[in-house]
Amino acid sequence: MNIALLEYGAGNLPSVERALTRLGVQSRRAATAEALVSCDALILPGVGHFGALMRSLGERSLIAPVREAVSRGTPLLGICLGLQAMFAASEEAPGDAGLALFPQKVSALPPVDRLPHMGWNQLRRARPSKLLEGVSEDAYFYFAHSYAALDAGEAGVAFCDHCASFVAVLEQENVFATQFHPEKSGPVGAQILSNFVRHAGDKA
Amino acid sequence: MSLAHRIIPCLDTDGERVVKGVNFVNLRDAGDPAALSARYNIEGADELVVLDIAASRDHRPTFLETIRRVAAELAIPLTAGGGVANVEEGRAILRAGADKLTVNTAALRSPALLTELAAEFGSQAVVLAIDAKRVGDRWEAFVRGGSVPTGMDAVAWARQGVDCGAGEILITSMDKDGTRSGFDCPLTAAISRAVSVPVIASGGADTPETFLEVFREGRADAALAASIFHDSIQGLGALKHFLGERGVSVRQTG
Repeated sequence: MNIALLEYGAGNLPSVERALTRLGVQSRRAATAEALVSCDALILPGVGHFGALMRSLGERSLIAPVREAVSRGTPLLGICLGLQAMFAASEEAPGDAGLALFPQKVSALPPVDRLPHMGWNQLRRARPSKLLEGVSEDAYFYFAHSYAALDAGEAGVAFCDHCASFVAVLEQENVFATQFHPEKSGPVGAQILSNFVRHAGDKA
Repeated sequence: MSLAHRIIPCLDTDGERVVKGVNFVNLRDAGDPAALSARYNIEGADELVVLDIAASRDHRPTFLETIRRVAAELAIPLTAGGGVANVEEGRAILRAGADKLTVNTAALRSPALLTELAAEFGSQAVVLAIDAKRVGDRWEAFVRGGSVPTGMDAVAWARQGVDCGAGEILITSMDKDGTRSGFDCPLTAAISRAVSVPVIASGGADTPETFLEVFREGRADAALAASIFHDSIQGLGALKHFLGERGVSVRQTG
């Protein structure tokens, strides 16, 4: 199977690559529209600033190709900022449009507890999830963020509570995303990546 | 459901090998960083910190290679630093495989560095490391591996550092470092009350009770230790079990 990691300068791309390698899964870096057409599954890593990510995708003319890949049914996994980029906009960068796969907006978490939300936290499950198959209900995942999607309609399958309830796992048809970093979440994170790869393989 | 308190092994390196000392002096060899990292990754460390305490320009390529070797062993977050003086040096450390970087001396000289790093990499990637020592009725920040006093109040500096863009504070008590006499809870609590970002306590780790104290009295979000883990005086699993039994939220593994 041909898994592409979207290469646009994301700092956590090598970590995701290493995590896949540990699972025995080969991936390649994709930096052009052509490379997205030929892949069986796509991973959008991300860390840092919403505006910087969207501008980076824009400069590489990758925004439309990512949206087209999703329309074709290519399984897509967004990680951390990669989840946030799937929304229409973010309070972090009011002038920059997101990929708009979901109409809602990403919000700044209200500062009622320590921010950034940094460290290992648990999930609250709302709907059946493919990514969370075989993962214990009380498992911990690694988060590092100050912004989050508070609502994703039916696509929000698991939530986390820190300063507010926010979407931790998002799934809708061929679109998957996690606000936490599976590549930094030890064995349970590996299980998430493995579930994505397995599900993508079923579709390919 | 709540955010777990993190237990963080720290590897002080001379760029290449893990070293350790008492009160920042008398350094001796304590092993290979990649081998220790692999062990902590399996044993349930929540994060790893790797510091280049020599931080000499000549050794920078060696340290970057050490980060690469360590990152290859980890499925948990990695923080690295030592002598980071500008955005390009920060970028090199993150590119080598670190998720966050620590800054210390250069930030005190120019707090704008924190703002630049946060703008470039996000606050979540910028950890302000402060080495503090009790002077009279307050704590003073020291730089250059704890050798040079700054006259700056450590608590005020932490607050300013967060205002400038730091997303986390790593507070090391120089009075406690290497002594195995417990964390400096009053210092950690003072920093923790002063800032809105997570606080990592460092210096003085010993028994599981000392971790319990720094989470409760010191209000720390994470606790860092070196020799008690390197020398297998304290196992990570047993430590987390102890804390969990006493109602501290921790990520149990294995």
